[in-house]
Amino acid sequence: MTHQLHELMRDSLDHCVKCTICETYCPVAAATPLFPGPKYVGPQAERYRGGDANADASLDYCSSCGICTQVCPQGVKIAEINSQAKAELAQERGVSLRDRLIARPTLAGWMGAPVWPVANWTTSFGPFRLLLEKVLRIHRKAPMPRWAGRTFQSRTRARRRAPNPSAPQRQVVFFHGCAANFYEPGTGAMAVQVLEHNGLEVIIPKQGCCGLPLQSNGQYDAARAYVRRLAAQLAPYARAGHDIVATSTSCGLMLKREAHEILGVDDDDLKVVSERMFDICEYLVMLDERGELNRDMQPVDMEVPYHAPCQQRGHGVGTPAMELMALVPGLRASQVDAVCCGVAGTYGLKAEKYDIAMEVGRSLFDQVRASGAPLSVCDSETCRWQIAAATDRPSVHPVEMLHRAYGLG
Amino acid sequence: MIGAGLAGLVAGVRLAEGGMRVTLVAKGVGSLNLSPGVIDVLGYAPGRVDAPREAIGRLVAERPDHPYARIGADAVEEALAWFTGRVPQMRYRGDGPRNLLLPSAVGVPRPTALAPASMAGADLRGGGRFVAVGLSGLKDFYPRLLADNLTRADLPEGATVTARHAEISASPRPGRADVAGQVYARALDDPPFRAEFAAALRGLAEPGETILLPAVLGTARAGEVFDELQERVGLAIAEVPTVPPSVAGMRLNTELAGAFARAGGRVVLGVEAVGATGADGRISGILIRDAARTRELPADAVVLATGGFSAGGIELDSHGALREVVLDLPVSGPPEGVPPLSERHLDHQPLMASGVAVDGMLRPVGPGGEPVWDNLYAAGTIVAGAEPWREKSGEGIAIAGAYRAAGAILEET
Ligand SMILES: Cc1cc2nc3c(=O)[nH]c(=O)nc-3n(C[C@H](O)[C@H](O)[C@H](O)COP(=O)(O)OP(=O)(O)OC[C@H]3O[C@@H](n4cnc5c(N)ncnc54)[C@H](O)[C@@H]3O)c2cc1C
Repeated sequence: MTHQLHELMRDSLDHCVKCTICETYCPVAAATPLFPGPKYVGPQAERYRGGDANADASLDYCSSCGICTQVCPQGVKIAEINSQAKAELAQERGVSLRDRLIARPTLAGWMGAPVWPVANWTTSFGPFRLLLEKVLRIHRKAPMPRWAGRTFQSRTRARRRAPNPSAPQRQVVFFHGCAANFYEPGTGAMAVQVLEHNGLEVIIPKQGCCGLPLQSNGQYDAARAYVRRLAAQLAPYARAGHDIVATSTSCGLMLKREAHEILGVDDDDLKVVSERMFDICEYLVMLDERGELNRDMQPVDMEVPYHAPCQQRGHGVGTPAMELMALVPGLRASQVDAVCCGVAGTYGLKAEKYDIAMEVGRSLFDQVRASGAPLSVCDSETCRWQIAAATDRPSVHPVEMLHRAYGLG
Repeated sequence: MIGAGLAGLVAGVRLAEGGMRVTLVAKGVGSLNLSPGVIDVLGYAPGRVDAPREAIGRLVAERPDHPYARIGADAVEEALAWFTGRVPQMRYRGDGPRNLLLPSAVGVPRPTALAPASMAGADLRGGGRFVAVGLSGLKDFYPRLLADNLTRADLPEGATVTARHAEISASPRPGRADVAGQVYARALDDPPFRAEFAAALRGLAEPGETILLPAVLGTARAGEVFDELQERVGLAIAEVPTVPPSVAGMRLNTELAGAFARAGGRVVLGVEAVGATGADGRISGILIRDAARTRELPADAVVLATGGFSAGGIELDSHGALREVVLDLPVSGPPEGVPPLSERHLDHQPLMASGVAVDGMLRPVGPGGEPVWDNLYAAGTIVAGAEPWREKSGEGIAIAGAYRAAGAILEET
């Protein structure tokens, strides 16, 4: 890949002073000796790549959580360099059928949605999962969401309105992502109600997958095609001045930054969309700072552990979910002391990585269980599924807590 | 607070505990994870310092542009007392007004004011008998070099040291040739490996000898690990700092960040501060670049703690021009005619003392000595006039300066 941006990422490795701070924060290196650490496979190994040299296969154990880039004191784009090298590795080795399948949530979504009761039965049916593990190498215990039947898109068809440049501030676009579309339409619906409760009208345009799972599975060409298509769907709204609000924190980050910095997508559609893209908690806190958030809330008397997922940290907006929950009377939220839950999108589903992912998340799961709380809170869907499965209690999006506080439920 | 190093964290903790709403923004973590976890106040001025408080008095008389001249020796004392109370798990120990003399990673006696109890036992001032014990999986610790250097160390009159070395093979990842310090440390937090490790140490040293081990004895439960190892082995143990990554520095970073979070402070990591808005001599907000855009973070007061050259707080361009990266503050560098760099790495390097000059309230000042912004403060390595790694003054300047700056803000608002 000889993209200008790729060169920029690559240049940043000259800033690496080998301080190894990234290695001390890397959750995967802490969990397994199979991954030697982000500096080792990144700024160090990158110097030997290019030309005929292949990337070291241990790179494949990187989960792409992105923590290394966030903590680097020198601004080295470690995660980005490693993601790009992983894509080259995937190209050299060929992409497995499994990685093609799990990287396309829309495909699984559309296959399961019409036959959802059967689909849900099979994915929770032991022998079938064993078969799935044998044939496809998807771990039999890996958390799988349940299909919800009718998609969120079809439930919200009435909101598929055209951009409205005359009143863009009062009308926001909701980017719901594949998770809400196929598996958690309830989260999507709560987000819409919370936004409406704050005096905003919600438009839900037709929208596809952002391509993030493809990117993290090394299928860059397909990922670019997906994210370009999505950006083209959302761009007219951004151009008309509508803000775009996302409940899927990793997909929001894809549009804000990763599609540009990792995939090298440079087009105008993406640029306008990324400037208007907000994580929903970030957006609500912004409303609050402007004095526009509805603070009329009922007590929600409970303690909840909150996990800020890796991709949420990548937004660089702090932890707005904690700030919102602090506004709810009676709600005592405490942030779990953990870097990552392990699943990292699709990483923890893979048979050869499931145990590593569970080890990465161990301390997080212990803390959630020890809290005794009936549920936990987290912004990212795949992390919620992982945490819920590992702790035997639901894990919900922060908007669900607001939804309760507003008495909308 | 701009910067998540020692200075940014200390100022953040004091302000948050003082009831302020504090946000700390940083583009990455600070230098603490690379530091040995000890608190240097003044180690060389230019000869080795035995009594730092007195030496600070002489230093500021000779060098009125040194950060300690702005902070004041009394403030250093007060700040350190407050600081050690904020990080009780580090169990800092000192010797009143005098410096300890502890072995560095390669066995050089290193003056420092405060050290974790797990390190303080290696104090070389009274001499002693030591066994430096390496871990066969930990490449970056050299027991033989450590022991050899200790036997020829430059010690106070009358102190004699004998030292030998040994190695144990207990490993959290048996069979692996290269196991990082933090991997040992995390494994030692868990009782099973701790027991195995203690068993391997038994019989290596004789009564009267102190076992020197790399500072990897636990992370979250370091205190418990240290106590239990000493008890099981039945001999004195002392940790010696390692080259980065430094587990002892990580412990301090974690405990301080925890104190900040408990006091209600917010951290926004991975963003770069790129400027400020303001009028009439007061800053009203800091501009930060996040994943999607540059936005304003409103602020009543700002502490600049972006570190020096190594952290990116100060930059030098190819024409030799110095720049403070966030607010374009005036930078004071080596005076005209003074060569900025010396040939030998550890010699006096005037360029490395570059930074922003401050007034008595730790506010960056212009050439005439007037504050650039009334509500902007600076602390840590960004402050001009010191060469911390040469003077061994970095932590003292960072802690006392940040404490003072936070105090000034609490008084102002
Ligand atoms: C390798 C090394 C060895 C050292 N050894 C010694 C020693 O032996 N003895 C001694 O006394 N001192 C030593 N020092 C110095 C000492 O560690 C520091 O003086 C002390 O830790 C104070 O650091 P600080 O908080 O000022 O800055 P740092 O810890 O460097 O932190 C700076 C922070 O600012 C952030 N930052 C920078 N620019 C921006 C920006 N534009 N936007 C947002 N954030 C930004 C960085 O990400 C970082 O979080 C050493 C320093 C280093 C780097």
